[in-house]
Amino acid sequence: MITFSEISGSLLRTKDVWERNFRVFMKTWKVNFLPPFIEPILYLLALGFGVGSFINAIEGVSYARFIAPGLVAISVMNASFFECTYASFVRMYYQKVFDAIIATPVGIDEVILGEILWGTTKGVLYGCAVSLVLIIAGLLEVNLIFLLIPAILISGFLFAAIGMCFTAISPSIDTLNYPAFLFITPMLLFAGTVFPLSVLPHVALGVAMIMPLTHSVEMMRSLSGIAPGGFFLFSVLFVIFFSSISAIYAIKRMHRRLIV
Amino acid sequence: MKKNNTPNEENFIENNVIISVNNLLKKFGDCTAVDNLTFDINKGEVFGLLGPNGAGKTSFLRMVQCISPRTGGDLTVFGLDPDKSHISIKRLLGIVPQENNLDPELSVYENLIQYARFFGIKGRIAEEKAESLLKMIELTDKRNSSIDAISGGMKRRLVLARALVNDPSLLILDEPTTGLDPQARHFIWDHVRKFRDEGNTVLLTTHYLEEAERLCDRLLIIDNGHILAQGKPRDVIENYAGEYVVILDNSEREHEILKANSLPFTPMGSELYHFTRNPQPVMKIFMNEGVTDIISRKATLEDVFLVITGRSLRD
Ligand SMILES: Nc1ncnc2c1ncn2[C@@H]1O[C@H](COP(=O)(O)OP(=O)(O)OP(=O)(O)O)[C@@H](O)[C@H]1O
Ligand SMILES: [Mg+2]
Repeated sequence: MITFSEISGSLLRTKDVWERNFRVFMKTWKVNFLPPFIEPILYLLALGFGVGSFINAIEGVSYARFIAPGLVAISVMNASFFECTYASFVRMYYQKVFDAIIATPVGIDEVILGEILWGTTKGVLYGCAVSLVLIIAGLLEVNLIFLLIPAILISGFLFAAIGMCFTAISPSIDTLNYPAFLFITPMLLFAGTVFPLSVLPHVALGVAMIMPLTHSVEMMRSLSGIAPGGFFLFSVLFVIFFSSISAIYAIKRMHRRLIV
Repeated sequence: MKKNNTPNEENFIENNVIISVNNLLKKFGDCTAVDNLTFDINKGEVFGLLGPNGAGKTSFLRMVQCISPRTGGDLTVFGLDPDKSHISIKRLLGIVPQENNLDPELSVYENLIQYARFFGIKGRIAEEKAESLLKMIELTDKRNSSIDAISGGMKRRLVLARALVNDPSLLILDEPTTGLDPQARHFIWDHVRKFRDEGNTVLLTTHYLEEAERLCDRLLIIDNGHILAQGKPRDVIENYAGEYVVILDNSEREHEILKANSLPFTPMGSELYHFTRNPQPVMKIFMNEGVTDIISRKATLEDVFLVITGRSLRD
């Protein structure tokens, strides 16, 4: 039997792990706050206004507005995924931070969940920063941000958890390049981000539908009303299911890796 | 609800036994790191674990720390099973690992505060604890330094201080003084003794036999996961070596004299070791034969190790 005090104790310890990363982040917050704003501005300039100047409209909206929901999703994905891959790997393998923590009453499960939640937090910060840029650029309505935040949150958790799975099975930091190039980059381009899914041939569409980013983008599109694909509910369920499975797998594999 | 989360060792232990080890086995695939060890560690003693590289020392400590499941046998720490009660056990432990694992992204002071947080200690209590520990390790003026900016000896002291943030009753030190200068080594020894004198228990590993002789109340020498010798340092030396050792040149003449007088000896590189309770008669024999290249000194744990394994502990 798991008691209530055991659960609350475990959540507190998870929060302590999260807080370690937050503490480190806040030490250099002035440096850390700039990148999330720079990235979407570059995308907007190159794609929205550069490429967009050759395109009249997609699905009834300007090209810059068409890619706006995709930019939010991409930003969340990158922030959460890279935090829980390269950054977590450094903490685990080089800095031995996990080893130090599990010598205290904090268990490895709590360390991994705390890390995933920290990756989620990074995704939320980046997602909100992008939304702000898009609002200022006149591509998103202000009140939409409150609708988007829950979607940003579960997307962040999704990509943090997936990232942690790769970290758990990666023999070295270099092997993390494989998911970065073979998993993240294709999604960034083909998940309904910079062109509509309807352009894709049949087989490719099938592949796109099992890409996590497709569902993150679809949530953003539906909630902001910009060229939605019409499978919002499926996407929400997909994200919740896929992220839970990934988090559980990540914890299991980390246990096997570190508790030997 | 059972009240088993209270960080109070008195709740659990019987007969003063802090750690009880029974046929303990640890395997990594085909490699047997700890091979059927059986012994107890008592409350209030400094217990030393000695052995060459790869003997299984760290593997044993990791099982006690509840971060490595045992392959077989029994192990209890504070009367509790590490597989089941890891939170209760870890609350009572202070750990100085073989490799420093201070948080390089936090300052000296923040390392202590953050670590205390992991034990559920926060706010003023954590701050006061961190301050007093910084004072104890004489690092108050380095409180805001980054970990990269302090010396190896300072890092080791900080790791020791970090191990004490939760007021543990069992301190586990894995080679606490390797690579430290004599002054830093004495600093660690003094604090280990002080901790013991407050009624706590210490379990440490070392390659330095001199350290073990000075510091440990009892010790265990292991190799390949097996026990080779155990007991009080002086007893171990006298049982396995003898009180004194007579050291001679490893040459034919010395060999002949030893054999002629049926004196046992152990060749050690360019020297011959003869262990004895009373070195005077042996010295006299050699003096009479005109051999002057001869030394006699008290035997050490190093000698014990040579006798038991035929090789040096520090390789
Ligand atoms: N994670 C592991 N995976 C596989 N083998 C391991 C692992 N950890 C230890 N071993 C093996 O177990 C044996 C004991 O290692 P251990 O680290 O316990 O030795 P030690 O006495 O601490 O040595 P040292 O003095 O070098 O620190 C060695 O043969 C080692 O190779
Ligand atoms: Mg070791």
